[in-house]
Amino acid sequence: MLQYIFRRILEMIPILFIVSILIFYFIHLIPGDPARLVAGQDATLEEVNRIRENLGLNDPIWQQYLSYMQGIIQGDLGVSLKTGLPVTEMFANRFMNSIYLTFASIIWALIFGILIGTISAVFKNKMPDYLGMVTAVSGISVPNFWLGLILIQIFSVQLGWLPTGGAEDWKSYVLPAVSLGAGIMAMIARFTRSSLLETLGADFIRTGRAKGLKEFILISKHALRNSMIPVVTITGLQFGFLLGGSVVVETVFSFPGMGRLLIDSIAFRDYPVIQAELLLFSVEFILVNLLVDILYSYLNPKIRTSTA
Amino acid sequence: MEVVKETEQNEITVNRKNSYSPMKELWEKWKRQKTALWASFFIILLILTALLGPYITPYDPYKADYNATLQTPSLIHWAGTDEFGRDIFSRIIVGTRISLTVSFISVGIGALFGTLLGLISGFFGGRLDRFVMRCCDIMFAFPDLILAIAIVAILGPGLSNVVIAISIFSIPSFARLIRGATLEVKELVFVEAARSMGASNGRIIRKHIFPDTISSLIVFFTMRIGTAILAVASLSFLGLGASPDTPDWGVMLSMGRDYLGTSSHVVIMPGIAIFLTVLAFNVVGDGLRDVLDPKV
Repeated sequence: MLQYIFRRILEMIPILFIVSILIFYFIHLIPGDPARLVAGQDATLEEVNRIRENLGLNDPIWQQYLSYMQGIIQGDLGVSLKTGLPVTEMFANRFMNSIYLTFASIIWALIFGILIGTISAVFKNKMPDYLGMVTAVSGISVPNFWLGLILIQIFSVQLGWLPTGGAEDWKSYVLPAVSLGAGIMAMIARFTRSSLLETLGADFIRTGRAKGLKEFILISKHALRNSMIPVVTITGLQFGFLLGGSVVVETVFSFPGMGRLLIDSIAFRDYPVIQAELLLFSVEFILVNLLVDILYSYLNPKIRTSTA
Repeated sequence: MEVVKETEQNEITVNRKNSYSPMKELWEKWKRQKTALWASFFIILLILTALLGPYITPYDPYKADYNATLQTPSLIHWAGTDEFGRDIFSRIIVGTRISLTVSFISVGIGALFGTLLGLISGFFGGRLDRFVMRCCDIMFAFPDLILAIAIVAILGPGLSNVVIAISIFSIPSFARLIRGATLEVKELVFVEAARSMGASNGRIIRKHIFPDTISSLIVFFTMRIGTAILAVASLSFLGLGASPDTPDWGVMLSMGRDYLGTSSHVVIMPGIAIFLTVLAFNVVGDGLRDVLDPKV
């Protein structure tokens, strides 16, 4: 197991390295002059040149990359062209807000996904199953930003129960988390259903039933526990969907998180922020995928030996 | 003699009637997938709408009418009007063409390059395979939508750049799928037989391996169309896709946001269009998977 984890981490390093080069190079392809952006439209050519020199933009690109990576190792992600603040400072609160939002989404998706999936499996080919699966396929198909707008209309505008945006207290997380987690909830419901149906046909369930175990205990204690491997995996694998979705959902809810910051930075062409964000998103995604792989191989030892 | 001839004729007719046809079998299976069948009819309707779009709109989708702004749905304007008094139903109809065209082209390009890479990588194996798969791993290091946003940020907003972005993020998924299928097929006996008869690598890939991957390809393609429609709408909603005056579904949602409190139909109607379209493709994708390729 340790050998497997070590190998996966080793495989990750060159990917991270190439990803960082690609992001750095491509950000430099964005049209526009960062020095002009900092100096403002009225600045003289001398001023722009001075700023360009200060920002190190006259150095060859590989040198700029090396000094950028040196900074990253020391925890310096550069300075925002828009606010003049260090990028790490801008990320501090937003990063945590986004993490809370992601967790809130996963938690509600897990609770409702497993519940719907279980009900569907238990009542296979009956009305609750059809309703559950309609909910699931709808959850996958609904645009999360549209769902967000509809939820704002109902729960904020009409009922006045929840705020339309921000991240002040737990209430402001409810609607964004529901919008963001809908797709994953649907996936979890489908996987729970199919996995549980497989388990419910197993011999040990029949034995349990023959012993006179109550159906509720049989399902909740025995069947469900044995059906969770694919559910755990799919939850992890859908993490990328959450990261992507968070950009749109945070914009809808004016949520002070990483996703909205990315869109604001693109609008202003705030290169250091865009660069750091893309890097952070990909590192997060790679790490979660690694964790899923490790977890999966822990649960299913065949994987460890079969993948080269 | 006459009787014998007649009997033979009848047997031939009966045999023809009972003759096995893969297409017939598929159609029989497909007919049993009731929901997917209805969803496929809906997709045909959408494609017709996309083709005929500008000719069948009840109103000019671009023409402003300041005497009829933000009207709620009625018999005159089935989906109401927007802040410029433009008929939302007409704009949704025209938007179908934009949405489907962008999604089909981008997933098509992704499928083309992904399939080529997957076939070559899976068939030849070795260093080439490792290189292609590492490239895919690098692309998989970005969540789909984030990669699309990054590409559009570099290339600039616009639907053509959205096509490039979605094509690029679709390539590795297709490559991985087709590589997997190729690895399975290339070990089968008929490929070995073709090789022993002196068939070239190109011919083996073209005539023997590729046809065997088509069913997986069709299923995955259909499912990716739904993802692409959502991505197009998301990018347009974020202001990175179609320009603000285009009757694109994502743009309509984005522009309608400001009127959510007073005229929610401006947001509800285009959203329903996106939802039903993606739903139809997902349902058909699921149905096709059950019929064609339960592995995907």
